[in-house]
Amino acid sequence: MVLVVMVNLLAALSIAVVVVLVGVPLWWRTTETYRAWLPVNQINELAELQLQLSVDVEVVFSRGTLMPEQQKKVPFTRTQEEAQKVDDDTTLRYRYESKYRTANIMEEDALKQPTAAEADLSLHTLSASPCGSVVVYVIPETSVLLPQGVDVYIGHRRTAVLRMGAPMSVGKNHKQLLAHLEPRITQVVQVMSFSHTDITAALSDRVRLSPGSKESLADSMRSFKSSPGYEITFSLLNPDPKSHRLDWDIEGAVHSYIQPLLTKLAPLANFSIDSQILYYAMLGVNPRFDSSLEAYTLNADSLAHVINPVEARLGSNAASSNPVLNFLLYVPDAHHSPLYIHDHQKQPVASNAFHSPRWGGIMVYNVNDLYGRGETPLPVNININMEKVMGVFLAQLRLMLGVQSSPAPPGFLVEPCGGAGLADWELDRLMWSRTVENVATATTTITSLAQLLDQIGNILCSLSFAGSVNLFHYINNKLGTVTSLQLAVAELEAGNLGFALQYSKEAILASERAFFDPSLLHLLYFPDDQKFAIYIPLFLPMCVPILLSLIKIASEARQRRKLKQSKKD
Amino acid sequence: MLLCLTDGGIALFCVNPTSWQIIVFIYIYIYIYIYIYMGNVHSDKAGQFFNSGHTNNWAVLVCTSRFWFNYRHVANTLSVYRSVKRLGIPDSRIVLMLADDMACNHRNPKPATVFSHKNMELNVYGDDVEVDYRGYEVTVENFLRVLTGRLPASTPRSKRLLSDDRSNILIYLTGHGGNGFLKFQDSEEISNVELADAFEQMWQKRRYNELLFIIDTCQGASMYERFYSPNLMALASSQVGEDSLSHQPDLAIGVHLMDRYTFYLLEFLEDIHPSSTTNMNQLFKVCPKSQCVSTPGHRTDLFLRDPGRVLITDFFGSVRKVEITMETINLSSPMEPLPERINCTVHILYMCINKHIIPTAIIMYYVPRQKLLRDVFPCT
Repeated sequence: MVLVVMVNLLAALSIAVVVVLVGVPLWWRTTETYRAWLPVNQINELAELQLQLSVDVEVVFSRGTLMPEQQKKVPFTRTQEEAQKVDDDTTLRYRYESKYRTANIMEEDALKQPTAAEADLSLHTLSASPCGSVVVYVIPETSVLLPQGVDVYIGHRRTAVLRMGAPMSVGKNHKQLLAHLEPRITQVVQVMSFSHTDITAALSDRVRLSPGSKESLADSMRSFKSSPGYEITFSLLNPDPKSHRLDWDIEGAVHSYIQPLLTKLAPLANFSIDSQILYYAMLGVNPRFDSSLEAYTLNADSLAHVINPVEARLGSNAASSNPVLNFLLYVPDAHHSPLYIHDHQKQPVASNAFHSPRWGGIMVYNVNDLYGRGETPLPVNININMEKVMGVFLAQLRLMLGVQSSPAPPGFLVEPCGGAGLADWELDRLMWSRTVENVATATTTITSLAQLLDQIGNILCSLSFAGSVNLFHYINNKLGTVTSLQLAVAELEAGNLGFALQYSKEAILASERAFFDPSLLHLLYFPDDQKFAIYIPLFLPMCVPILLSLIKIASEARQRRKLKQSKKD
Repeated sequence: MLLCLTDGGIALFCVNPTSWQIIVFIYIYIYIYIYIYMGNVHSDKAGQFFNSGHTNNWAVLVCTSRFWFNYRHVANTLSVYRSVKRLGIPDSRIVLMLADDMACNHRNPKPATVFSHKNMELNVYGDDVEVDYRGYEVTVENFLRVLTGRLPASTPRSKRLLSDDRSNILIYLTGHGGNGFLKFQDSEEISNVELADAFEQMWQKRRYNELLFIIDTCQGASMYERFYSPNLMALASSQVGEDSLSHQPDLAIGVHLMDRYTFYLLEFLEDIHPSSTTNMNQLFKVCPKSQCVSTPGHRTDLFLRDPGRVLITDFFGSVRKVEITMETINLSSPMEPLPERINCTVHILYMCINKHIIPTAIIMYYVPRQKLLRDVFPCT
């Protein structure tokens, strides 16, 4: 009998032990959300962003600019550092490494050209400066290379020509020379590479600063955010095919005028171009007839309603999710020709075009002067002058991509970009702000992702997702976010702008891949009452007999002890 | 009689005047009032560009119920879709999810129509509807994937919400709901916690500038209780514990056509045109308890701007910001000849106009690519 009781006791106890020691941990592990390992420490380190931007500046003195005493010190190198704290987590350090030297014979010959533009061209043939650097040629005050009133000339490449002040005001020794030159060279470098406001604007994803002025808010709203690719669509709208048979050589125009710009911008993003012709596409607004001008006018307030009805007819590539830039050329129908756009002051606009931020531009092309009224047989064959059209579209494209910046300071003469579409230093400006923007966006994405995973305990982290975040991507052998970011920041410090941009692009791609990984959606959220409703029918029938038998064992043990005690006494 | 000049409720000075003094007082008062009022209007117009901070608009309209007797939910969603399209948002920026097809349902006595008013006054289905997610594709998972952007790479553009940090998004949900959940397809639910988490993920990735959330279900106010991300404004058709009621049945079709809240919302939106200046405070007054039987609720504490300064068209319409192009580039070099024939594909689309087949669009792709998904309309 004692044996039976012992066996009962052992059975009950062993079941309880197995349930507690084996069952509970097993249940815990199998119902846990799977979390692959993430380098959380490194991600938290990235939350504090300390960027250092290094610019190499070369200052070349031509003959007649230096005093003999100053000549002795040349060549020399100086480094200037400036630290700016943007907010608690972000600090910026700017480092300008300036090398000062005298011009060699070939450069002197180049600077003897009659105009600044030609000098710029011959200077460029002598040496090519790497991307991100600036070369400043200093010419004496008496030189006639620059027109009157102009102190600085900025060309198509990365060179600028600076006119020295009068020898009296500059001074004789080395220190005075530097005191005169350094602020002016800093100003030139800020125009040609970046200024503090540009960099803080690029950090807008990370740091939500209130905009300083309405212009800067309009600038930030107008240009597209950094993206790995863009799609450009050129559309010709012909509402009246009975009167006009339009012919535009879009392939040739794109090849001659747009493609050079896009080839130059290739390090920044991939561009794909479409064109289309739409017939019977009307503007959504009725233009008003102005008898004083004998023409139809569209005033600035009604322009906002023009785009929506047309946009419904425009197509886009179904396969890609890249932002689309639309450029529309509208030829008004014969009954509403000519059509002019008026600005807010009721003056006709020279370009006859307008644009909408982050969307594209529309240009109105009047053809009524190309045919007489009622004599020529309809439809009239019209060949569109693509130079004029592409001039406007190119300007709008530059605005959309963020190339245009604030107007140059007084005394600066900036060479207009002409056929190339983009000057080298404008490209450098874009590259600086894009790199900073990419690094800021990637760090925000990855840190907010880590924060989300912390906050929402129910999200599942799969291995492929972890690979996008970690050091090495398991599947594609591409670098993960954390490594790319560290490399990008290192290259920025070293001053290699091209490599920094490449790494920052990879960082953005990897961080977007990580954040938008489809497997992250599995939110295993169950309200508490539902959890009880699931577990109680499973566990209660199992636990109740165990508990009851344990209670029975305990009460029997107590009874036995009482019996033993009473036996002793 | 005492006449007092007040400034916002504080009496500045009071006099016991004669009759001509009364006239002078009234005159001064009216003059000051007009001056301040005109000043406000003037500054509003000038600052219009910068008031809202958004450059594009998106709309996500979801109907979550299936079966013929839930006709009214599809009609609700389609009437909001119609208003939003009329006010300017194009199909490429609308994600329309309808859980069931009422227009082509076997029980529909008038096929290819969905009516919203009894006596079949208004056909909200029309002939220009683009449904992005239909039937069984409308699931909680797909809805959350659209919001957070975590779609598989093969998803086409029309099924994605490609918003950026300057997009204002309108989200409209309708169906059967309860305290803290919304029923999808009669088989699954989305809870208010999941919805709030989805909005937080959108905020972290800056996928919206401002978001307006409208829900027309029973106990709809419970769905916005858990929101915690900034720049969200929410409206619901009923409070917790109340039922949202339907408006009117149509005896010919045999089902209720619309829900009350959306019916009066549609009436309100019919008065809005793309350049109207009605603000959100008017929207909060739509469908008071006398008309709706339930009490509509709203939540604006997470919204940074004052609702009185937010225009209806900031969310329901798509008013573009426009700038005049002042500069052009002088291109002096003539066009270069093309090096070799660029490989391009050409699509020509035809339309039937006045019984003639006329080419309406010629699309050329410079790089061989996948075909654009568009219909070719035959002439009938």
